[in-house]
Amino acid sequence: MIGNYPLHLMILVLLWGYIYTSWALMGRLGLVSFGHGAFMGIGAYTVVMLWNHFGWSPWAGALAALAFAAAVAVVIGYPCFRLKIVGHYFALVTLALSEVARLVIVALRDQTGGSLGATPNSALHGGATAAPGALQFSDKRVWFWIVLAFWLAGLCVWRAVDRSMARLALQAISEEEEAAASIGIPVTRAKLRITLISALMTCAGGVLYAQYQLYVNPDTVSGIGISLQMVFGAIAGGMFVMLGPTVGAAFTLLLAEGLRLAFGNRYPALDSTLYGAMLVLFIIYMPKGILGAALDALRARTAKPAAPRSGNGMPSA
Amino acid sequence: MLSLTRVCASYSGFQALFDVSVEVEAGEAVAVIGPNGAGKTTLLRVISKLIEATSGEIRLEGASLARVPAHQVVSRGIAHVPENRRLFPRLTLEENLRMGAFPREARKRYAERLKFVYSLFPRLEERRAQPAGTLSGGEQQMCAIGRALMSGPKLLLLDEPSAGLAPVVVQAIFDLVRRICAQGYTVLIVEQNIRQVLKVVSRAYLLEAGRIKLSGNSREFLDSQEIRKTYLGL
Amino acid sequence: MEVFDIFLLEAILNGLLLGGLLALLSLGLNLVFGVIDVVWICYAELIMCGMYAVYYLHVQYHWPLIAAMVAAIVVVAVLGVILHQCVIRPVLSAEPINQLLVTGGVLFFLQAAATLVFGIEFRNLGVTLPSIRLGEMSFSAARLVAFCVALAGMLGMYLFLTRTYLGTAIRAISQDRAIMPLMGVSPARIFVVASALGGALAGLGACVLVLQYDVHPAIGLSFGPITFLICVMGGLGSMAGGFIAAFVFAQFISVGGFLFQLEWGYVFAFAFFIAVMFWRPQGILGRR
Repeated sequence: MIGNYPLHLMILVLLWGYIYTSWALMGRLGLVSFGHGAFMGIGAYTVVMLWNHFGWSPWAGALAALAFAAAVAVVIGYPCFRLKIVGHYFALVTLALSEVARLVIVALRDQTGGSLGATPNSALHGGATAAPGALQFSDKRVWFWIVLAFWLAGLCVWRAVDRSMARLALQAISEEEEAAASIGIPVTRAKLRITLISALMTCAGGVLYAQYQLYVNPDTVSGIGISLQMVFGAIAGGMFVMLGPTVGAAFTLLLAEGLRLAFGNRYPALDSTLYGAMLVLFIIYMPKGILGAALDALRARTAKPAAPRSGNGMPSA
Repeated sequence: MLSLTRVCASYSGFQALFDVSVEVEAGEAVAVIGPNGAGKTTLLRVISKLIEATSGEIRLEGASLARVPAHQVVSRGIAHVPENRRLFPRLTLEENLRMGAFPREARKRYAERLKFVYSLFPRLEERRAQPAGTLSGGEQQMCAIGRALMSGPKLLLLDEPSAGLAPVVVQAIFDLVRRICAQGYTVLIVEQNIRQVLKVVSRAYLLEAGRIKLSGNSREFLDSQEIRKTYLGL
Repeated sequence: MEVFDIFLLEAILNGLLLGGLLALLSLGLNLVFGVIDVVWICYAELIMCGMYAVYYLHVQYHWPLIAAMVAAIVVVAVLGVILHQCVIRPVLSAEPINQLLVTGGVLFFLQAAATLVFGIEFRNLGVTLPSIRLGEMSFSAARLVAFCVALAGMLGMYLFLTRTYLGTAIRAISQDRAIMPLMGVSPARIFVVASALGGALAGLGACVLVLQYDVHPAIGLSFGPITFLICVMGGLGSMAGGFIAAFVFAQFISVGGFLFQLEWGYVFAFAFFIAVMFWRPQGILGRR
């Protein structure tokens, strides 16, 4: 039987892999958002707050969170796409969004606990190990299956999007928006749809995270820090490939673990330092990420005709 | 002063110049004429090194320009007035002129050259503090030429100075070019307005589809039946 | 009611002081973007490096404060050049989003490296400046100094950009990069100058900030996002726009924070930013 700690690692890899994949759904099509921390934060805090203050079951809380996230996605997304806010400007508007989310959480400190974070009240009384109605399980194996299911679902969504006309439309948009519009592609609607899907999935990731870790903190689930982490996790693994973001999540976590084993806790930020340096090198030399580059190398070696790719690196936003 | 020998060049992946050879003697005014897309602008860009020639030689006063990077061409004595003027729109007229004097040697003589340019183009002095983007087409062209003169060049390259200007203004511009030539500047003009430019220069080349088709003095050109039929509609 | 008014006035004036500081911070970012067309997402982390430089030189090595500050400005200017030559130059011909991301990677790297090298403790310069009283209002002298330095810095930049050849060339290159060689200007060299200047301005910002705030590895997250938003709101690349936006933004933070809680001031400011973006996506003085 797998021990608790390796299980914990696997759960984190799958969970973050799922979250990074949700981000990459948009990112790969030119909509690079620096604000997905807002959606994760909405997911995490809504369920915890509704449970702690109003006794709402996290199932209901999750629905509320999803609705909230959808509303935010539309309210921010619609004007952005209508006004053709792209590239740098889009990234910075979404950055503002994630910071607004973080600051609101901190500002409502009486309800949310502010920077100290919050813990959902435990539903596991008297030695119980599972409280499905409260979405709390102390047995990590249960969480493993839950997170695995979501991870697989995320990949199915990815594949569904990939196969749909919407994906072709969005690719066209990301390469030449004016031309796409001129042949009748409903640009705003297409962008809004993918944004909604991405936002809802990320929000769900936030819900899972809160219920698994049983602790939320404005800096770990919202704000620019976590938003950038998502961006880089997806990119490090390769955001154009389905399993790329998951590889990115695995890489990040295993790097942290490996360095911890090698150096103990003597150098606490060594893994992030190396990670940051690698990111810079990746973007310069391997814009397609680990998996992307590996697949390219494999393809070149076997000299099979390559599947159509969306450009030579990041699409123009 | 300037000699191009069998120069080939490409632009955006397409070959634009095929074995072009051009000579300009000191003090001469020479034109390169031809239809749209003939490669005239590419020719000037190759001389000022904005584009690298793929083969052939470019010599200024005998010295090869092969290893000279684009930003050092001005110090060598070649000033290029680009197509569409390309002034800095939010800099004032005078600041644009000052940019022309950026090279170290030119800075030393900034004041006297500024005076010279204003004497050539009195209208500019009135508008010296105006943002260049607000000037009229003719004034912009004058300013662009003035900017090139601020570097004290040996050779002046003019890319379609009459483009986009009203006929009356075109006349004024060519008068100015004539006056500049009279001052002794060596000038190479690229133009579509054949009739006007041939009145100002002593010699011309005809560039068609990247190749020199004809060359001779202006009289020969004006008298040539082919030119009159094809380009002057006579 | 009179008491309310005086403290509101104090908040407004503090907002002005803050505005000056934010304007200085945005200056370097706008300069670099205007010239090179790249947003240094790690700009605040460069400032953090400058703050650490002042701290270590003054507190650990007992350099006089002014000397430490001058050295810090030089250090960050050099960092700016290194950033450009080693990190940004390789991706200049790639998609713009890569440039954004690579500087984001540097943000990560600098924050982590700072944690590794300096530790997470908050470090204080140990310089306490008095409060200055004006009637019922009191202002921190550190803030006033910051404001004066910021104004001086901006004036210096203004004079440089308008009175010198190099400064004029910097303004010119953001208007038409392609013909710069015809003026005898090498764009690559101007990029290096702009990077050094951007770094120096960040260093100046660091000197000013270190007087008021403790330095720690994550401090960049406190004012980084704000600086970007100010630049974008004013129009990326427009120093005048950034100037205006800085003061407006600062008023939201200061007065909003006074009327409600501190964080709400920021929330309003950010929400105002989003609103401005939808009203004028290119920024107040930006160009599309």
